[in-house]
Amino acid sequence: MTSDSFYGEVLADHNLHPLHRHEMPDATYTCKGLNPTCGDDIELNLVIEDGIIKDGSFTGIGCAISQASADIMLELIIGRTPEQAEHLKELFMKMIGGEISAPELEELEEAGALQSISKMPARVKCATLSWRTMGELLKKEQK
Amino acid sequence: MDNIYKKDFPIFEREKGLVYLDNSATTQKPQSVLDAAQRYYSESNANPLRGLYGLSVRATDVYENAREAARAFINAKSTREIVFTRGATEGLNLLAYSLGRLVLGEGDEVLIGVSEHHSNILPWQVICKERGAKLKYLEPDKNGRYTESALTEALSERTKIFSLAQVSNVFGRRNDIKAFGDICRKNGTLIICDGAQSVPHMKTDVRELGVDALVLSGHKMLAPMGIGVLYAREELLEKMPPYQTGGEMIEYVTREGATFAELPHKFEAGTVNVGGAAGLHAAIDYINSKGFDKLIERERELTAFAFEKMKNTPYVNIIGSDKAQDHDGIIAFTVEGVHPHDIAAVFDSQNIAIRAGHHCAQPLHQFLGVPSSARLSLAFYNDEEDIERFTKTLATVRRLMGYDK
Repeated sequence: MTSDSFYGEVLADHNLHPLHRHEMPDATYTCKGLNPTCGDDIELNLVIEDGIIKDGSFTGIGCAISQASADIMLELIIGRTPEQAEHLKELFMKMIGGEISAPELEELEEAGALQSISKMPARVKCATLSWRTMGELLKKEQK
Repeated sequence: MDNIYKKDFPIFEREKGLVYLDNSATTQKPQSVLDAAQRYYSESNANPLRGLYGLSVRATDVYENAREAARAFINAKSTREIVFTRGATEGLNLLAYSLGRLVLGEGDEVLIGVSEHHSNILPWQVICKERGAKLKYLEPDKNGRYTESALTEALSERTKIFSLAQVSNVFGRRNDIKAFGDICRKNGTLIICDGAQSVPHMKTDVRELGVDALVLSGHKMLAPMGIGVLYAREELLEKMPPYQTGGEMIEYVTREGATFAELPHKFEAGTVNVGGAAGLHAAIDYINSKGFDKLIERERELTAFAFEKMKNTPYVNIIGSDKAQDHDGIIAFTVEGVHPHDIAAVFDSQNIAIRAGHHCAQPLHQFLGVPSSARLSLAFYNDEEDIERFTKTLATVRRLMGYDK
């Protein structure tokens, strides 16, 4: 750790000053995700138009890792297609599973800050909460 | 000051530097308990309660001696009132399914505290649904105090069962079970006491308390996991139907039916956990040999010491009463702006074990309006140094999460 921030600056910053943590009344898709270990839940909202994720937000309660992960995820997928978002989710899950390659890690951009979670089994559910929720939401969208 | 207890617990020998403050979840085990379980399996193991040969008789003795030790520990009248279970959860399930089926009819009511552990909520939800009965909740004040007047008001002529923890695993506050029992008796309501958090930390006398039933978990009082006790008044147990059926709980079986074994075996279907019972016996012996009063006194001192330090730490909010003496070894808290899961992670990085989450008491957290909390819980083998390390880390939590830079 380069500073004395427990999870590092990137996570601390996304947790304390999230860009995408707000309500989104005009969302075209909304999905709830639950972390049964802590009872925490988040609600993920996306605006998907013309095959593009135009905007997104999240609300709800969670630990620093789950909140930062949600914020970083939205930062990454806004402006992309649902297929690209799904692909990034696969990569993220691979990273958390501890089996990602260097070029793949590159694709995840800032989400790579969560790589150390692969060594913290107790926090895997926190880090992947928003990503799993996005997966559920995109399944709804495909119907 | 020298800690005269920690040396009895091999895990502290192995895990140097571990500060273990999650004793409400489970306690560590002294060497004598581990030895007792192992001794049973290496010296006396056979399927007990049949006694067709010497070894089986010995196994039966180990098991029944443990039952007598458990009886004496909570001062039940007879070993017929002591049913071995897997733990408090199984005890409460047994009561819900067996006693619930015996006394609950359409439109009857079960009353429980909103601060109950899920194990004292879910079985009642299920059985009330099955019987067409209503599950009602008694609410404490914000300090976690249940009052006699609130109980009197909540009881109706349809209330058949009232079930409450003697000590809540979040508030840590002791409920006046004896007074509540008097109120229940006048109302014709059976009172059940969840002793999981209280029996390990205070002297329990079921007759003095006047409860109809009480459950406890061995693993929260130095014994191995998988052994617990259900106490219930003999005449009640006589009337209650078996909870599970199968081997070792029968007297005579035909193709059409069966007569059941005598108490308490009627409620102990299948091969029983003798190793666990031997461990529980050794745990009770350990507590008695060290002097239960002394251990209790030590836990009170430590709780008061931790409480004052936590109270004076900025941004720390203690859940429940603002008086140390209202916390029986349990102090749940929040740190402003920091999620409890992150709090626990910071402590874990310093090799300090605390619990975070809803502590299996989600309805309580909903009632309090906090999503979750962190919790320190003490045992007599903790010491001032453990608490110093805890409070030192507590003071750094917010900064490490990026605040106040």
